[in-house]
Amino acid sequence: MNKKPIKILLADDDEDDRLFFKEAIDELNLNTELTIVEDGEKLMNNLLDPTIEMPHVIFLDLNMPCKSGMECLSEIRDSELLASLTVAIYSTSSSEEDIEQSFVKGANIYIKKPNDFESLKKVLNRVITTNWQYFSSGMNKENFLLSI
Amino acid sequence: MELDHLGIDYAFLGGNEVELKSSIPAGLFCQLKENLASFGISIVDNQKDLLVQKIKDAILEMIYSEENPPVSKTSVYLSEKLNLSYGHLTNLFSEETLTTLENYIILQKIERAKDLIIHGEYNLTEIADKLNYSSVAHLSNQFKKTTGLTPSAFQRIVNKRKQAKQISSKQELTSN
Repeated sequence: MNKKPIKILLADDDEDDRLFFKEAIDELNLNTELTIVEDGEKLMNNLLDPTIEMPHVIFLDLNMPCKSGMECLSEIRDSELLASLTVAIYSTSSSEEDIEQSFVKGANIYIKKPNDFESLKKVLNRVITTNWQYFSSGMNKENFLLSI
Repeated sequence: MELDHLGIDYAFLGGNEVELKSSIPAGLFCQLKENLASFGISIVDNQKDLLVQKIKDAILEMIYSEENPPVSKTSVYLSEKLNLSYGHLTNLFSEETLTTLENYIILQKIERAKDLIIHGEYNLTEIADKLNYSSVAHLSNQFKKTTGLTPSAFQRIVNKRKQAKQISSKQELTSN
């Protein structure tokens, strides 16, 4: 198995959603290390803090106070330092337009928030393990698009 | 060459492999590992990792070969190439990579399909043929299953991204 943990960063302002997410990750039995922030501003501060190691994947809620998920995504893609990060949009919307718009703005993954715990676990497992292949095999992240 | 630099005896085995003539102390090994990391080279220092890497290389070689059709049966190809039973390879792969050999092959095939779609030289029928799919429908289904998107949605998104980049670089030019 992996020697080093897979680092995951979640930005979500909803407390219930954060708990739900953390429990699902804990139950996956993957070697992961989860950091949670409550809004977009805190997310950007975390990413730009040179003492904190970069995550392997960021889960980004779209509707957050201070700085929305879309604003964060644009900032990440415009920053030379952060541009290559894997960003997963984590949203309640399943409209084709929102999905396509997120990808065009540079998201790698679009997740429609599942309502039940088992589906959430399945979705997170697929996202984390697929992203791991891109990392461990040095695949072209620009072509990494996954809608789930 | 970092090995000369650190005074270590070695021989090339071809490909990505180097054989060290004698065992080296752990401290020196760590230094070598660090020095090579600054060149973006990682040392595969365990037999399982090495075999996984060989499997991955063989898969890429198969998928990117220009022979048409490339290989008839993946399991036969891999076990002949690596001289190990297919069952052994699939078990090891699942243990080490967080995915299955089968899923990994599909993922890499779809990556190649993406490249070919973006490149624009071939249509979907030709791409399906090149990647050994029995039909366009089969390719499209597997594409959708793997990415959640249809090949045409994928192409549309990539094109829109390109346009957005061109617009923003034009804006930069005019604002300068």
